[in-house]
Amino acid sequence: MAAEHELTPSSYIGHHLTFLQHPVGEGSFWTLNVDSLVTAALLGVFSLGFLWWVVRGATSGVPNKRQAFVEILFEFVDNQAKDIFHGDRKFIAPTALTVGLWVLLMNAMDFLPADVLAWFTHLFAPHGFRAVPTADVNTTFALALSVWLLMIYFSIAVKGLGGWIHELFCTPFGSNVLLWLPNLLFNLVEYISKPLSHSLRLFGNMYAGEIIFLLLWMMAGAGLAGTVFAVPLGLIWAVFHILIVALQAYIFMMLTVVYISMAHESH
Amino acid sequence: MNLNFTLIAQALAFALFIWFTVKFIWPPLMRAIERRQKQIADGLAAGEQGRRDLEAAGKRAHEELAEARERVGEIIGSAEKRDAQMLDEAKAAARAEADRILAAAKADIDQQVARAREALREQVAALAVAGAEKILRREINSETHAELLGQLKREI
Repeated sequence: MAAEHELTPSSYIGHHLTFLQHPVGEGSFWTLNVDSLVTAALLGVFSLGFLWWVVRGATSGVPNKRQAFVEILFEFVDNQAKDIFHGDRKFIAPTALTVGLWVLLMNAMDFLPADVLAWFTHLFAPHGFRAVPTADVNTTFALALSVWLLMIYFSIAVKGLGGWIHELFCTPFGSNVLLWLPNLLFNLVEYISKPLSHSLRLFGNMYAGEIIFLLLWMMAGAGLAGTVFAVPLGLIWAVFHILIVALQAYIFMMLTVVYISMAHESH
Repeated sequence: MNLNFTLIAQALAFALFIWFTVKFIWPPLMRAIERRQKQIADGLAAGEQGRRDLEAAGKRAHEELAEARERVGEIIGSAEKRDAQMLDEAKAAARAEADRILAAAKADIDQQVARAREALREQVAALAVAGAEKILRREINSETHAELLGQLKREI
């Protein structure tokens, strides 16, 4: 919270929803959301670094508890991938693990109390710091578009360029010349809706979660009665949010696996 | 909700993370897990094999024990038979020996009796002769009547 401004509800929320931005070129596109990027990168490096550290000391004999924990994680992801994708999982399963773990940790940043975190972030970012990278539409779009590109890549790699184009024009309705256009339109809608729904679902959930927290804390800041109401409500929402955080990470991971495995199947 | 360069930066980070996981994190642990699964499967198979071997060995031991018991019975039977046979033989030999000894003793006795009888006869003859001599001292010449005396001696 910026003490120098007068604290109004809109300024409080607006302040918490301000990105720490750094321009890298001309125009509004050439801007980096440093907060999302750095948080996401740190979480990725820490989580994958932890996995790497465990994996490097992994034994095929009796595993220690740390390795057993990581193995449970791997088995869980591998089983989910195995149920959906029938083929060599040496790419799809680790991708799912990366997505799932990373998104889970990015979502979990929402658990950190926004105003307490701000004490530290104000030291270097006085105008705002968004700690939840998945509440930044750039992050969720980046993930969804990467998955989308993988989807197209695997479609072409498995069916060939000709096969993919054939599929664009001849499925799902049939290969009659009159149906080429409806098929193409249908497929275009599908190709556009997939990354949109994939990314906006996660973004919407996390953004809404953040907003509800902010509204509750705003209520808590309004006076004693507000605090009395806001604390139990905040507790309830935080507990419910644990479910949302885990569920949205799981859904995002599963959709990644589903989309990539759909690309492997010809219709 | 404005898209900016962050999107591309995050996508690059994502690609890097995927690459790292696919290359350095997933394969080693999966290898370790698969190796352990194989070890466990092998161990279970070996255990099963051992159990089966033990079962077979037990059965074979049982069979051999039964066979050995049977053979022991046979051996004891034949030994008993042989024992009885030897006993019979020994009994027969002993009886034969006893008979022989008895016969020898009898023969000996008979001989002794004969000899005694002979001696008695001679003594009786001598006595008779002496008696006769005493009675017939005058007329009887022992030399002339020797033949008669010998005949008498044989008759006694």
